[in-house]
Amino acid sequence: MSPVLSGAVQLSALAAALALVIRPLGDYMATMYSSNRHLRVERWIYKAIGANPDTEMRWPAYLRGVLAFSLASLLFLYGLQRFQGSLPGSLGFSSIDPDQAFNTAASFVANTNWQSYYGEQAMGHVVQTGGLAVQNFVSAAVGMAVAVALVRGFARTRTGELGNFWSDLVRGVVRILVPIAVVAAVVLVATGAIQNFSGIHEVGQFSGGTQEWNGGAVASQEVIKELGTNGGGYFNANSAHPFENPNAFSNLLEVFLILVIPFSLTRTFGRMVGSVKQGYAILATMAVIWLGFTALMMWTEFHGGGPAFEAAGGAMEGKEDRFGIGGSAIFSVATTLTSTGAVNSFHSSNTAFGGGINLLGMQLGEIAPGGVGSGLYGMLIMAVIAVFLAGLMVGRTPEYLGKKIGTREIKFAACYILVTPALVLGFTAASMALPTPPDSMTNTGAHGFSEVLYAFTSGANNNGSAFAGLNADTQWFNTTVGLAMLLGRFLPMVFVLALAGSLAEQKPVPETAGTLRTEKPMFTGLLVGSILIITGLTYFPALALGPLAEGLA
Amino acid sequence: MNTSVANTTRLLWAGLRALLVLSVVTGVLYPLLVTGIAQAAFGDKANGSEIKDHTGKVVGSELIGQTYNLPPKNPDDPEEAPRPDLRWFQPRPSNGLGTNGVNTQYALILSGATNRSGDNEELIQWVKDAKAAVVKDNSTADYRVKPEDVPADAVTSSGSGLDPHISPAYADIQVHRVAEKNGLDAAQVRKLVDDNTDGRLLGFMGEPTVNVLKLNIALRELVAKG
Repeated sequence: MSPVLSGAVQLSALAAALALVIRPLGDYMATMYSSNRHLRVERWIYKAIGANPDTEMRWPAYLRGVLAFSLASLLFLYGLQRFQGSLPGSLGFSSIDPDQAFNTAASFVANTNWQSYYGEQAMGHVVQTGGLAVQNFVSAAVGMAVAVALVRGFARTRTGELGNFWSDLVRGVVRILVPIAVVAAVVLVATGAIQNFSGIHEVGQFSGGTQEWNGGAVASQEVIKELGTNGGGYFNANSAHPFENPNAFSNLLEVFLILVIPFSLTRTFGRMVGSVKQGYAILATMAVIWLGFTALMMWTEFHGGGPAFEAAGGAMEGKEDRFGIGGSAIFSVATTLTSTGAVNSFHSSNTAFGGGINLLGMQLGEIAPGGVGSGLYGMLIMAVIAVFLAGLMVGRTPEYLGKKIGTREIKFAACYILVTPALVLGFTAASMALPTPPDSMTNTGAHGFSEVLYAFTSGANNNGSAFAGLNADTQWFNTTVGLAMLLGRFLPMVFVLALAGSLAEQKPVPETAGTLRTEKPMFTGLLVGSILIITGLTYFPALALGPLAEGLA
Repeated sequence: MNTSVANTTRLLWAGLRALLVLSVVTGVLYPLLVTGIAQAAFGDKANGSEIKDHTGKVVGSELIGQTYNLPPKNPDDPEEAPRPDLRWFQPRPSNGLGTNGVNTQYALILSGATNRSGDNEELIQWVKDAKAAVVKDNSTADYRVKPEDVPADAVTSSGSGLDPHISPAYADIQVHRVAEKNGLDAAQVRKLVDDNTDGRLLGFMGEPTVNVLKLNIALRELVAKG
């Protein structure tokens, strides 16, 4: 079997495994988010929070819950890092500096997991397991909660009530993320990932002497980092580290975990709005983009253009032998089309076009299939825009899922799609214009510009992967990327929830012969086209200065 | 105004309590449960897949790549370039590995890649130098390595810098050199390589690999038997 064929077969096997799971998992999540029964453990949790899980919230109340929980998380995680030096179970590691602690707290609370620190030399057990891994769960559950609130906005009429934030948060953790994570973590250990609390470990070497590694709860953090589309590695090398990702099977398992909830949520959406076909249209849009990007990535990486790769005889720089080029391409597309940002190969050493595909994947807004929750709400916003564009062409008031898309709705959707590009391009321009930030670049010229563009694209889109040649542990990058992550996460949520509230108040519009059939393949085509054109118009000038200039040089 | 401050405080307090409760579930109970199952069912793997040589001494982890270098000529000179010990199979380059600069009571290995782009001058030079060294080191009196036979993984650094594997093609071109340096038959060494080559998992996942540490352990055993 040739490496190219092996890559194609691995991709097919992955698609088949996802296809098997999307329906049962999507249905389970739809039932769970619609149920009014509480598990006993959930009742204890609500009592501890002091919240009534049965109170319906309108969008401002729902948003206040999201923001209060996230702000508490941000402050707590910041404090945990600042006091690491005095906490037991920290392996004697010192406290983190203020700018880096802010950056890391913002990063994990915003589901980004951008890392300007080296995992193995900076973070002890308490911060890794009791702080960072906790945010991997709860920030993912917050994303899912907001997505479900938007779906309820489409599904409900003449109300304004979007459900209860605390109940959605707790159920997402207790009934979805924890059960899947436990099973997957045990399987990951069986493939060789480590899971212990033995601290720094000294072992002998073949040629004499010893080497020191960190022990730790690696497998348990690894699975939730993928499942919650977080991406922050226990070790600096992230999922390229053999203790995080030991073999080719664990590699596919991790990609599966990244994609499974975002894809399954389309089924949940279909079920909750009462038409599974509508969910499949969204699923098809995501799948087309995902498969197309993966095919392109494999093509350019197997081709291996670039002077260093041509001299080497292949683009193996930054890639592991056990995954090969196929397994690395599959992973790097999945991680940048979702908000994950975990890496099993180093994107800075991809071919120029491969790096461009990584960048473009994030710039689409991470909607194919996107982060847990954020992928679905991002894609539904694009669907609203696509319906609006179609309405302009025929001169009718657009409708989607029986709701009128009026001025108010379009304003919220337009604000949503403007926030991220404004952050990415604004901060990139400022970094390039100021005298000192460019000193952080490892590579020069077009690739150096790409390093900075990548950093803010990754931050504002809550991805977290990096063209890691950039030395991001400076006050400038810690602060600006931290702000980009927070604004890029929570401002869009404001517009999503406002839109959801506005939709839920409407009366349903009866379907007529003139209604755009949004469950048909033609709509999928329109949606894919709208996404590519809008992203292209926004980012083409920046991409031309970076990866395109490098690739065509 | 006062009521809104009070409301905000109450809401933040609820948020903090929610975080603390969920921290107990996901930051304490979950990792303990997974660690318990992992240690009971797969203890060796959960503790790092340590591997012993034929004398029973632990010589590393089968998952973590090592270097096989000669002892430094001058141990006090940290700048001295390492010289590969050509008796042993050599791993991939690891130009992206870092050294511990923060909590310096430990001598930790910092995993990492070079992050050099395809048009980076330094990377181009590293690749060319590595290729020349591979050709020179592995050519023996009756075996010439051709530059086009050197596979890409032999001259590039991995993502982690700790890649425990090399490709079967890179192992193959080392066979004659290793045999010569150890006074063995090339056929014997080639058999060792074949025995230590793993195909794709289930026939399609990943790429075929050779675990360098396992191969060198087997080689040392063979040399010891004479």
